[in-house]
Amino acid sequence: MGVRTWIASWPVYRQLTGTDPLGRGAAAKSAGSSRLTARTETADSVARSVCPYCAVGCGQRVYVKDGQVSQIEGDPDSPISRGRLCPKGAASKNLVTSELRQQKVRYRRPYGTEWEELDLATAMDMIADRVVAARDATWEDVDAQGRPLHRTLGVASLGGATLDNEENYLIKKLFTALGALQIENQARI
Amino acid sequence: MAECHPVGFQWVMEAKNRGATVIHVDPRFTRTSAMASSYVPIRSGTDIAFLGGIVNYILAGGLDFREYVVAYTNAATIVNDDFVDAEDVDGLFSGYEPDRHAYAPTTWQYAGQPEISAGGADTDSQRATAGPLRHESHGAPISAGVHRDETLQHPRCVYQILKRHFARYTPEMVERVCGVPRAAFQEVCEAWTRNSGRERTTALAYSVGWTQHTVGVQYIRTAAIIQLLLGNIGRPGGGILALRGHASIQGSTDVPTLFNLLPGYLPMPHHAQHPTFDEWVDGMRHPDQKGFWSNARGYATSLLKAYWGAAATADNDYRYDYLPRMTGDHGTYQTTLNMIDGKVKGYFLLGQNPAVGSAHGRAQRLGMANLDWLVVRDFFLTESATFWKDGPEVATGEMTPDRCRTEVFFLPAASHVEKEGTFTQTQRLLQWREKAVEPPGDSRSELWFFYHLGRLVRQKLAGSDRARDRAVLDLTWDYPVRGAQDEPSAEAVLKEINGYHVDTGQPLSSYTEARDDGSTAVGCWIYTGVYAGGVNQAARRKPGSEQSWVAPEWGWAWPLNRRILYNRASADPQGRPWSERKAYVRWDEQRGAWTGPDVPDFEPTKHPTYQAPDGATGPAALAGDDAFIMQADGKAWLYVPTGLVDGPLPTHYEPAESPVRNPLYGQQANPARRAYRRPDNRLNPSPPDPHSDVFPYVFVIGRLTEHHTAGGMSRTVRYLAELQPEMFVEVSPELAAERGLHHLGWAHLVTLRSAIEARVMVTERIRPLRVDGRPLHQIWLPYHWGGQGLTRGDSANDLFGIVLDPNVLIQENKVGTCDIRPGRRPTGPALRDYVAEYQRRAGMTTGTDRKD
Repeated sequence: MGVRTWIASWPVYRQLTGTDPLGRGAAAKSAGSSRLTARTETADSVARSVCPYCAVGCGQRVYVKDGQVSQIEGDPDSPISRGRLCPKGAASKNLVTSELRQQKVRYRRPYGTEWEELDLATAMDMIADRVVAARDATWEDVDAQGRPLHRTLGVASLGGATLDNEENYLIKKLFTALGALQIENQARI
Repeated sequence: MAECHPVGFQWVMEAKNRGATVIHVDPRFTRTSAMASSYVPIRSGTDIAFLGGIVNYILAGGLDFREYVVAYTNAATIVNDDFVDAEDVDGLFSGYEPDRHAYAPTTWQYAGQPEISAGGADTDSQRATAGPLRHESHGAPISAGVHRDETLQHPRCVYQILKRHFARYTPEMVERVCGVPRAAFQEVCEAWTRNSGRERTTALAYSVGWTQHTVGVQYIRTAAIIQLLLGNIGRPGGGILALRGHASIQGSTDVPTLFNLLPGYLPMPHHAQHPTFDEWVDGMRHPDQKGFWSNARGYATSLLKAYWGAAATADNDYRYDYLPRMTGDHGTYQTTLNMIDGKVKGYFLLGQNPAVGSAHGRAQRLGMANLDWLVVRDFFLTESATFWKDGPEVATGEMTPDRCRTEVFFLPAASHVEKEGTFTQTQRLLQWREKAVEPPGDSRSELWFFYHLGRLVRQKLAGSDRARDRAVLDLTWDYPVRGAQDEPSAEAVLKEINGYHVDTGQPLSSYTEARDDGSTAVGCWIYTGVYAGGVNQAARRKPGSEQSWVAPEWGWAWPLNRRILYNRASADPQGRPWSERKAYVRWDEQRGAWTGPDVPDFEPTKHPTYQAPDGATGPAALAGDDAFIMQADGKAWLYVPTGLVDGPLPTHYEPAESPVRNPLYGQQANPARRAYRRPDNRLNPSPPDPHSDVFPYVFVIGRLTEHHTAGGMSRTVRYLAELQPEMFVEVSPELAAERGLHHLGWAHLVTLRSAIEARVMVTERIRPLRVDGRPLHQIWLPYHWGGQGLTRGDSANDLFGIVLDPNVLIQENKVGTCDIRPGRRPTGPALRDYVAEYQRRAGMTTGTDRKD
């Protein structure tokens, strides 16, 4: 290490001679931190996304490394949020990468005292059977005066309001065709 | 706003730094109050009295923006001779029928209108089906041709009716009802009016807690009256801005999963009012009315084409017979009570946790315990997934797993980074999200789940010729799938939502292209344009720094990418900006077109002096200064002649649970509120009924910055759970002294439904108010907690019963009454005994809700 390099590594020198007179940025950077590389720089890909919590709609950039989310940052291009995220949005990487997330179907049989395992395809088939049966058992063709009802009140749904428009569209379309009316979401709450 | 929408609040701070006055009105001092120019504490549930006082201040002083008011609102319109104001009947408008707790609204009409009401229905039926909700995109139908007195002197013109209606909402009355001192109130009145008019505009932002009252719609109506009187609608810097709390809650009503709506605010058919296709369409529009809603037949036909494709033809009324029919209230709360009564077999919960997030958590859990089957789709095992195993009713011994019959499927859900699609944020802006990674394990999107559920059900019904099954088999359900998981294409669904020409498949570019002859298919007409030109407009990401402050090339806003609704009103009747300082949209005489930084909310080349020929209907009937183009008379409504079920004007009623007798009227609470009077849904007594002293305190629930609603997406996140690690209750030092509560100690709150416990925070953020001459204590608590997650605690929503706003069937859970006591609540069976003792003291051994 030359003398010049040695002196330049001294923060006070950098503070006095550089562009950071208050010593709160580049001047205070240690050798250790200057060797670090941000996860955002080594990401394989970046997805333009939107925060899933409230309805301000802050832009997010989701960084991916080796098929895993490596970082989530505010999107500075967003005219809404200008790169900022609140504590929830800033914590959303933990939301999506949490080891507490359930990744397997769980099944609790009637009067069962514990959860059981079930594979996804079997669960889907069982649910489809139950929808068909509940619909048939509670179907109403016409009212007392013979006017059409074409419905079931035996199947209900309550959705969150953090679902996508496209998802809500299919939910409403399928349930409406099935004659299920009691399809609701957080907007009612 | 600083607490719950912190990133949006940066703009408020920016405005303040540029000289704006920021006023914060809230029962509790928050981070918003700390940053505001002034903070006004208020008694929860009294906003109509507060805002009504401002209306009175404006009208008594003649401080309204007269040119705007005359040109763009219905202030000049003459109302029916038979209308009687609530001021004259002690809190009831004409037409009230006490046995039905409902109004016959015929006398509220404008003079000279044929006798109709919204959709031809009485308010009882409108209330049961939350009929007014569909007016989120447009006003109720009325026929063209109204009588106006533009001098505003006619005693029955809306302006004069409004003036009389609010005359008793004086500063003294505001102080008496709201607990707001006269000087503080005067300051708000002066600041608001001073900052409105030609040169200046004022914005009102509310959090959607406003909707969680039995008078929630009328709260927002009162705000609309002020903003219209002051000329603050349709102009830059003005408006009424709803701060919604969920990423796509706006989208969830636009493309609704709501029982009474179809996409684009088309009403779900009612069995008695809409037995035929024609009656359904005519219920949406009056045949000779003005405005764009007159094309309802095109929107309706195009939706049915999107649903049933080739099977929907003119000969079969586009398969209108396949739509299910409402007979009454099928809302989430009625459905919960139906579960308790054993009428519902299966229930889907999609990223929703009613055991914590809905009012009357106990009723929610008891309902779920009486199903045949329950499907929960979420990231984590929420309280709604585990109620049978370790919920509060298991703790009291009322429920044990081996006696609970509900079969439960838990299916893990994909997160927002594991699927693509659009959210609609709070200003109607659709933003497309790209997919970053594949969902882990069995996790799947709702798009995947419902597409494949539909596919499986259709397989099981294949070959059936029963009409009910044909509705499923004829459905267009052929979305392309891709990837190892067969994920359906969200973009294909968005294209269907946008709409397309049936013969060519080409996307429509405007809802004006929707046809009623079956040649167009449109999934949600108000979203038409989001896929204009075959381009996903919601995915546009031109940086904000590279475009105008309106940023029209970031995402896409409905309708037709307009960022400020009704922006024709930003110009005067002649089409000139009200002032250069507040210029936005203007008429360009040389080009013969409207122009501005936003998409003009008007027919592009309609001259400002255009007058409709006699007999014109639809858009052609809108005059060049009818700025409110989705309203049936082209005017913004200060007075609502049709479409609301609890009165044409906002009127102060006490919350359904209140320790205060209504100082303004004999009528205590909203007479038309939706109540479910049954023993498992008792409400605390309020004056003038006896025993209201058992529950002497007002409590208010709210959110913390670090948590999200029922906690499913935050109590499970490490950082957030650490930042706000425990359920607590905020009380004033005065109340702490009165009840013997100690900072960081325990307290419990009791209502007729339940008792919950929380750690005590004694803080001056909550101040006692003087209401009607005596001190009134308010208590604040967050509602995020439940029995699962990294941080656990009792649920505030367990304290509430179920009583709803009659217009939209949203529960009143921003205000209630309670008792608070030091120490922890009883546990085990003793908890129910403890609540039963309160029920006995409240005289509720057999009774239910009070009678009025």
